[in-house]
Amino acid sequence: MFFNSDVLRHVAGRIRRAGAILALSITMWSGCPGIAAHAGSFEDDVALFAARSFAESETAVTHLQVSGNPLAYPIISALKDGRLYAEDDSKKVFIKAADGKIIDAANGRSVGALPDGASVVRLNNRLRRTIDAALGSLTLLSPNVSVRVRAAQSVFKSHEESSLAPLDAALKNESNDAARKALTAARAAVILFKADASEADKLDAITIIKARGDQEALALLSGLPGDMSPAVARAATAAMTSIKGNLALWSTVQNAWYGLSLGSVLLLAAIGLAITFGVMGVINMAHGEMVMVGAYTTFVVQETIRTSYPTAFDYSLLIAVPLAFVVAGAIGVLIERTIIRFLYGRPLETLLATWGLSLILQQAVRTIFGPNNREVGNPSWMSGAFDIGQMTITYNRLWILCFALTVFIILLAMLRFTRLGLEMRAVTQNRRMAASMGIATSRVDALTFGLGSGIAGVAGVALSQIDNVSPNLGQSYIIDSFMVVVFGGVGNLWGTLIGAFTLGIANKFLEPVAGAVLGKIAILVLIILFIQKRPRGLFALKGRAVDA
Amino acid sequence: MTLSTKSLSSGLLSRRTWLAAVAGLCLGFSTFTPAHAADDTIKVGILHSLSGTMAISETTLKDVMLMLIDEQNKKGGVLGRKLEAVVVDPASNWPLFAEKARELITKDKVSVVFGCWTSVSRKSVLPVFKELNSILFYPVQYEGEESERNVFYTGAAPNQQAIPAVDYLMKEEKVKRWVLAGTDYVYPRTTNKILEAYLKSKGVSGDDIMINYTPFGHSDWQTIVSDIKKFGSAGKKTAVVSTINGDANVPFYKELGNQGIKATDIPVVAFSVGEEELAGIDTKPLVGHLAAWNYFESIKTPANLAFIKEWHAFTNNPKRTTNDPMEAHYIGFNMWVKAVEKAKSFDPDKVIEALPGIKQANLTGGISEMLPNHHITKPVFIGEIQGDGQFNIVSPDDPTKAKLVPGDAWSDYLEGSKDLEADWVTLKCGNYNKVTKKCGGQAS
Repeated sequence: MFFNSDVLRHVAGRIRRAGAILALSITMWSGCPGIAAHAGSFEDDVALFAARSFAESETAVTHLQVSGNPLAYPIISALKDGRLYAEDDSKKVFIKAADGKIIDAANGRSVGALPDGASVVRLNNRLRRTIDAALGSLTLLSPNVSVRVRAAQSVFKSHEESSLAPLDAALKNESNDAARKALTAARAAVILFKADASEADKLDAITIIKARGDQEALALLSGLPGDMSPAVARAATAAMTSIKGNLALWSTVQNAWYGLSLGSVLLLAAIGLAITFGVMGVINMAHGEMVMVGAYTTFVVQETIRTSYPTAFDYSLLIAVPLAFVVAGAIGVLIERTIIRFLYGRPLETLLATWGLSLILQQAVRTIFGPNNREVGNPSWMSGAFDIGQMTITYNRLWILCFALTVFIILLAMLRFTRLGLEMRAVTQNRRMAASMGIATSRVDALTFGLGSGIAGVAGVALSQIDNVSPNLGQSYIIDSFMVVVFGGVGNLWGTLIGAFTLGIANKFLEPVAGAVLGKIAILVLIILFIQKRPRGLFALKGRAVDA
Repeated sequence: MTLSTKSLSSGLLSRRTWLAAVAGLCLGFSTFTPAHAADDTIKVGILHSLSGTMAISETTLKDVMLMLIDEQNKKGGVLGRKLEAVVVDPASNWPLFAEKARELITKDKVSVVFGCWTSVSRKSVLPVFKELNSILFYPVQYEGEESERNVFYTGAAPNQQAIPAVDYLMKEEKVKRWVLAGTDYVYPRTTNKILEAYLKSKGVSGDDIMINYTPFGHSDWQTIVSDIKKFGSAGKKTAVVSTINGDANVPFYKELGNQGIKATDIPVVAFSVGEEELAGIDTKPLVGHLAAWNYFESIKTPANLAFIKEWHAFTNNPKRTTNDPMEAHYIGFNMWVKAVEKAKSFDPDKVIEALPGIKQANLTGGISEMLPNHHITKPVFIGEIQGDGQFNIVSPDDPTKAKLVPGDAWSDYLEGSKDLEADWVTLKCGNYNKVTKKCGGQAS
């Protein structure tokens, strides 16, 4: 330990009071002689960025990291964000601050404007890794907990020996539990890879890393060099076996979650079809195109928001859901009134007509929006992921699962408790009887088809978040949708729910074993066999209601 | 939404509604054959899908061909005769490609055809071009293992894209463990076979290679991405070599971003992702992932800047991106014009003979040459995805001075194909076996 405790106490005090990271890192570094020693002055190092070579830039970053100069942090973070400019002729380097101010990187003085010849210093992945490691040790003392945790993570990954001193400094005055845990793990990683650390220290380090138990810990342990002492090597192997066992357990849970998530996508895609095909018996090949219409509605809504009210972007989906329902529903009613009502009871003609319709809709969208994919953004609350134990759950999948279940419940409630729902059930169960009770059957038909299409449109809003918004969007879901409805039992919404989740989970447990292509084939074969045994699916409607 | 109701009304008008289905079919597969023009024009066939799955990629190529032809006509045409484009739509339907190719050659009497994207479509038109003795320019990077007398390959062979990309990862990123992920069809399967053989020849053990195939349009990448994550946690630097094609790329990259796999941890190098494909996604989470191509829109040469300007003016859209296959058509078209001028004839036999040896400046500062094996020399660039959907060239250091690599029809790393050689000038053979000294030594 070459740290002087006075300096540390001083440092700690400063974090709490001012939170000035930079000033602090200088104080700290000036307290540890020997580390800051390297060839060349600060100015020379900065000028290396103007050499336009990734290797030179990398040298510059490693030198700056240990220079202790307060400009090191702003320069390196500017480099990371593409805000560092260099001029080839004068070898001058400039930082463009977040507020647009231009600063001379060599001395921190403000300059009026960027010279004409200046252009951004380029990055590649190797340089990015060096930057992450450098920023990691520079931000270990950040006043912000999440920044400290992130810094500890990147030190854990890079496990550079030079990070040991700042780690110890950070650990001394860390009060947050999560940050302390991350810092301890990072310190263990550094010790483990430090050539002259004692065997006891290394064994302790392995215990700490084992407790972390995730894939990164495993990666770290399996990356250990071969020249470890036998005791350390044995401990590492034991730790790896234990982590692997733990991870295998979690991967089963993870697969189940993936299955649920795939199931929710299948449910969303199929639920509209469960109405048009399941309840009404119309073989609607244009169902996928209703999903596509919903997705394009989302695109139009987002475009409008982007150009007119950019601050409201996070609400775009909330606006798109009702709109997509109305647009797709209206198209559905129009299709029913103009084509399908003439074809009731003639399934083959319906199939052909709706298939033709799906081609027309696709080409129409291609003409209006072009053949290319359209960018539909994820609102911030749908991006990213969080961890539960050793499994990652992405927000977009989680929201889609919730959304699918909500749509399902609303639809179920509608059929059960509203007048329209009652009329729908009456008409589909016995059309003539319903008509003689005074129900306008053709109106109910149109509304039912509109409802099914509208729900497909709503599904399109959700699917636009995980899939391409292109004219072919619908095609990829039509087969899956029919599969779910037929498997679950035609005419039964619960069947659709159970069918979707069964297929989703079965698919995801097959995929790691058989691969994506074979997995899909296996599922199809299983469904064919199942249909042989139970032609009406999982939940068949019973009784006279079912007309042939 | 107005147009969709308009197209619906076509169904409305027909008295018998089942006609709507037929109308739909016709509309879906409609072709665009312009009215016959004066006889002294020379017809150029354009065989790219304008509807169906591949429309996303191929429509742009039709547009760029129209632009090139238009431009050539402004310069006075070829041999004093104006060019006329004949555009047909094979609708992403492989057998229809053959039918449309036959129609172009026999009915429209085109002198040359520019077209196809997928390898399946190329394989489907091959017999037609052989039988009717016409010329096809194929502009897309492909798996190699082919050289035909009637076809000129202006896209990259595996040694002009896949192998240099792997070399870059080995050298610059020190990658030791490889995931070869692809869509399940002929191009990824053959490319991965070549790459696997190449990696093994470089001393990578079989345990450090993971091969994974997915169906076309695969959208649920959760399992595969988490498998890649798992594979990457073995303590060795890992990279993904992606031959994933078309639409499936967008959800793949989205899942990578969501599961937090950054390019600094596990870089993905893609062979089928260009500016056009990135136009559909938010690229911020993807910064640092790589692509290997022979052209990037971001390379600043005077020729490229002029080309981009012209493209924006022609399409009347300043946001339209340019990409690698477009440049291939640019090179191919100009080579054809030069060959016709050299042969002083549009006769296919004479043009085929004149083509090898023709040199044409490409858009990135080099001079590409048509080789006797009907492939061309091309520079190889590795680009990193940037936040704005463009690529930042990381290799070579100065993209305008890149070394040109000659396209190799038969891979040197595959058993059976390494003895083969294609040479249409001296050997007059597309698959000459150097060991048995016989033409037709087809192996794989």
